[in-house]
Amino acid sequence: MENVLSITTFIPLIGAAILAIFLRGEDDAAQRNAKWVALATTTVTFFVSLFILFDFDPNNTGFQFVEERTWLMGLQYKMGVDGISVLFVMLTTFMMPLTIAASWNVKHRVKEYMIAFLILETLMLGVFMALDLVLFYLFFEAGLIPMFLIIGIWGGKARIYASFKFFLYTFLGSVLMLIAMVAMFADAGTTDMTVLLRHEFASETFPLMGVTVVGGMQTLMFLAFFASFAVKMPMWPVHTWLPDAHVQAPTAGSVVLAAILLKMGGYGFLRFSLPMFPVGSEVMTPLVLWLSAIAIVYTSLVALAQEDMKKLIAYSSVAHMGFVTMGIFAANQQGIDGAIFQMISHGFISGALFLCVSVIYDRMHTREIDAYGGLVNRMPAYALIFMFFTMANVGLPGTSGFVGEFLTLVGVFKVNTWVALVAVSGVILSAGYALWLYRRVVMGDLIKESLKSITDMTRLERAIFAPLVVMTLLLGVYPSLVLDIIGPSVEALISNYDTALAEAHSASQIASGVE
Amino acid sequence: MEQIILFAPLIGAIIAGFGWRIIGDAGAQWVTTGLLFLAAALSWVVFLGHDGVTTKVHILDWIQSELLDTAWSIRLDRLTAIMLVVITSVSALVHLYSMGYMAHDENFSENESYRPRFFAYLSFFTFTMLMLVTADNLLQLFFGWEGVGLASYLLIGFYFRKPSANAAAIKAFVVNRVGDAGFLLGIFAIFYLTESIMFDDIFEAAPMLADMTLTFLWADWNAANLIAFLLFVGAMGKSAQLFLHTWLPDAMEGPTPVSALIHAATMVTAGVFLICRMSPVMEFAPETMAFVTFLGATTAFVAATIGLVQNDIKRVIAYSTMSQLGYMFVAAGVGVYSVAMFHLFTHAFFKAMLFLGAGSVIHGMHHEQDMRNYGGLRKKMPYTFWAMLIGTLAITGVGVPSVFFTFGGVPLGFAGFLSKDAVIESAYAAATGGYAFWMLVIAALFTSFYSWRLMFLTFFGKPRGDKHTHEHAHESPAVMLVPLGALAVGSVLAGMVWFNSFFGHTDTVAKFFGVPYAEASEHGEDHSSDAAEDHSAEGTDHGTKEGKEKKPHYVFTGEPGEGAIYTGPENTVLNDAHYVPKWVKLSPFVDMILGLLVAMWFYIWNPSLPRRVAETNKPLYLFLLNKWYFDEIYDVIFVRPAMFLGRFLWKRGDGNVIDGGINGLALGIVPFFVRVAGRAQSGYIFTYAFAMVIGIVVLVTWITFTGGAN
Repeated sequence: MENVLSITTFIPLIGAAILAIFLRGEDDAAQRNAKWVALATTTVTFFVSLFILFDFDPNNTGFQFVEERTWLMGLQYKMGVDGISVLFVMLTTFMMPLTIAASWNVKHRVKEYMIAFLILETLMLGVFMALDLVLFYLFFEAGLIPMFLIIGIWGGKARIYASFKFFLYTFLGSVLMLIAMVAMFADAGTTDMTVLLRHEFASETFPLMGVTVVGGMQTLMFLAFFASFAVKMPMWPVHTWLPDAHVQAPTAGSVVLAAILLKMGGYGFLRFSLPMFPVGSEVMTPLVLWLSAIAIVYTSLVALAQEDMKKLIAYSSVAHMGFVTMGIFAANQQGIDGAIFQMISHGFISGALFLCVSVIYDRMHTREIDAYGGLVNRMPAYALIFMFFTMANVGLPGTSGFVGEFLTLVGVFKVNTWVALVAVSGVILSAGYALWLYRRVVMGDLIKESLKSITDMTRLERAIFAPLVVMTLLLGVYPSLVLDIIGPSVEALISNYDTALAEAHSASQIASGVE
Repeated sequence: MEQIILFAPLIGAIIAGFGWRIIGDAGAQWVTTGLLFLAAALSWVVFLGHDGVTTKVHILDWIQSELLDTAWSIRLDRLTAIMLVVITSVSALVHLYSMGYMAHDENFSENESYRPRFFAYLSFFTFTMLMLVTADNLLQLFFGWEGVGLASYLLIGFYFRKPSANAAAIKAFVVNRVGDAGFLLGIFAIFYLTESIMFDDIFEAAPMLADMTLTFLWADWNAANLIAFLLFVGAMGKSAQLFLHTWLPDAMEGPTPVSALIHAATMVTAGVFLICRMSPVMEFAPETMAFVTFLGATTAFVAATIGLVQNDIKRVIAYSTMSQLGYMFVAAGVGVYSVAMFHLFTHAFFKAMLFLGAGSVIHGMHHEQDMRNYGGLRKKMPYTFWAMLIGTLAITGVGVPSVFFTFGGVPLGFAGFLSKDAVIESAYAAATGGYAFWMLVIAALFTSFYSWRLMFLTFFGKPRGDKHTHEHAHESPAVMLVPLGALAVGSVLAGMVWFNSFFGHTDTVAKFFGVPYAEASEHGEDHSSDAAEDHSAEGTDHGTKEGKEKKPHYVFTGEPGEGAIYTGPENTVLNDAHYVPKWVKLSPFVDMILGLLVAMWFYIWNPSLPRRVAETNKPLYLFLLNKWYFDEIYDVIFVRPAMFLGRFLWKRGDGNVIDGGINGLALGIVPFFVRVAGRAQSGYIFTYAFAMVIGIVVLVTWITFTGGAN
């Protein structure tokens, strides 16, 4: 199929347009139609995206399905996927129908809600496919707007504060990234990312306002991009927007945020930072590794103290993203394989955990942990599902959560054993907070009067969890499904990275006249 | 066949767990139990037919990332075969027993179907344990390792309405995770240095590891020692060795069959199995092995002291388990892996039986577990009494010391007698006395005391405690007594039948484990240590002439990885252990008699004595009763600080510092945007869109001015 990338990307937008143009009214029928249209659109998108997956050749480490057109004002429209991005595309298309299904109970401005999600899907897909700087920037930044709206309109009580915080964090990052992009264009003369990936940005050390910048331009550009991606991940200490955003966002918003939006940061590191600024990356690696290690321990400890379920899971997300950044900047096969795997797997697991919260939130309208207890007495199926994903979150071997954690740790151990040691302690702490949460919510006798009539999961809810359970288990037992696809591309990425570093080192040695 | 053994329990677990609504309560129980008996039968076929040659079955690829290559597979060698028999036999019997034990449970209401869940968990545990022992690489082993942890968590917390059970479950999982963290670091280090985590590759590289150094944290370490140590940290957690042991006594919150299966016979021995499995690496890590020996001996001692004063019948047995695990580690630590496995093997039978016997008592006494409320149950529960008696005779080590009589080289005695003596003699031979030996001898004395104390308090004397309960005390049903009988046979015979295979002469042991061996060369080193003229132990036809010089008749010659265990050429402890002085061989026997006599004095002849002794030595008594205050200390230095730190970082770190900083920054910016956008409500969204558009305009303008994208 030609243009399959564009087709996949824009089907949701077409669905949104249909909703916007043809759907009128706020009655039940209109609401139902809006839901069905959205569900149908996202499902079709998923099936179309399967063409990408099946036609994808893992052994070709270049970009595939490339589309190139001239666009307005000499700009380029260029899309393509490689082993690093293709699975993020699949993750997005896979999660969206589930997200829509999980929003079946939304009553307020359903049409707009669905439109927001459909547009969001287009923009997220665009991020993972764009091969042109301007296009990437457009998708990357515009994607935040529907998310702001989702939190700001359909969110909880403090939604304004939460989305405002989200905005403040991302805004600073965006500005810096934009400046760096302009600088990149100025240096390379093109916005084509395939060219930029081969371009060698200056890495000679120079002084800037009295500070010696090791790695020169590359370091500066790295930092500019870092400001944006680190917020997105989010990395410690710029993570505090995430718990608030999650708590205030509606369930589907939380799921998309945790499952897909966070992955843009990790994807950005892999697409821009490592390959385009290898010297800058190398200079900053110790910093990133330590920030990751701190994030893992810090947020795990904070998770222990949480009283709100969503906040707890949000903090645990930050900890898991710590493994991702750690793996990426270990810059070896296991590290990066593990980082990508962790991102995919975290998409399923964290999505499922937020859905677990919403199952009981929908019934009791509170996320406070203390309001629950003893749910297993009346909700055995729920207890089982929640246990399964708790264990996956804890990284039990046999679930996908383990593979990513293990590989990133293997990778980082080769680079820095201190960081590995600190990160491994996250394995202990995660068991602590996750099981403690489970105990307080699910275990025990059912004493609270308000819970005495709570009902177990409905058929729809079980149907939403089923694919997530399957994926978590499947990838845990047979991770080659993912690793075979990303492996060759990651290998190429690393060999390019190492070559670039070797060249830069020999160049700087010649320049400085040492040996 | 191996596949059937491995997957039968999993299939049982799935059928019982998800299909019980269709096949019913009883159906779920019979399916799981039936499949387990099938697995057990096949395991015995494998075990008895095994010729020592390592075979492998590949099932499915697992994690593959560059050099890291793992697969789901089965490695079948002697170690695996031993574990298969232990796991499936005990598990099958425990399944059967549970049909009776779990038939009624006051923790659940009448119409609740808790039994299928219980049997599903038991079978699931068995599956993960089998995955652990059949692993052909460290990662699959780790899968089993964590899997049994999960099963243990689920079963400890089986009575989910009891807060104490939930707390114990979490504690077990988290404390085990501490050990697992060490285990993981060990795996990383192995992969880093050998570029593989397949056993064969690791074993082959083991001699090389001994000469390598690895920079870990602040210093350079000898690679073999470091790896061995990290793996041992994992073993410490799973096998409840000192410092990581606090979860095991609490794990007694689970139903008693669980304690028998998981917390006595199988899971807790995984650490010992790991050390034996990794013997090719361990042999090159003398310092770590010294530490293993030291910690094992200390654990054996500490646990035994605590066991002396506990009143809960299950806790006594739990500390006894911990103590016996210490014995196994000592055997492994001094390099006699076969003896470690021997004790593991016999211990599984008699300790499972002790637990199931205790379960039978608890069942008959309406879930009363405090021994102070027992007494005189001998007549009410005759079968249980005899089973427990056999178990006690086994654990305290009753038998005829080999000094006096052997039957074709095999001493006569209960299972525990043979294996425990083997451990003690090995400990002596390795260091000619030394710390470990003395700790074990003292622990053996305590073992005898607390085991007999348990017997006397429970079955002898007058009934104490609630009268009503005693009047209704009853013998357990046949479905519970049959497993006891089967285990009793094992407790009596397991030691004598396999004595030579595990602790015979080097050639028999080598044959059993599939390790190459050869006749000792004439100019072999002189391994004599003490002047010990006693050689009556080795009654086999070898030994008589060369025994005088204590030179091994045969030596292990295998390279690391050949055969199920590896013993270095310098390591002749197995042989030396047969030539220890007479008093060493007698000492466990004396311990047993002494412990028995003191227990009789305390609990039969003069029952008021224990109270007086406790009162005159109050501080010591409290110290032991409170388990050396490990829980309290850990609470103060780990649990509370973690919670405090979490709260502090959240409120102060995230709240005041980070958000405070951002808000401070924001106060400067916000009013500006408010003015720009006019409304604060949702204005910032437009602001953002606006900013982005501006950004794109800037970018596009720049590009256009500089001549387009190309």
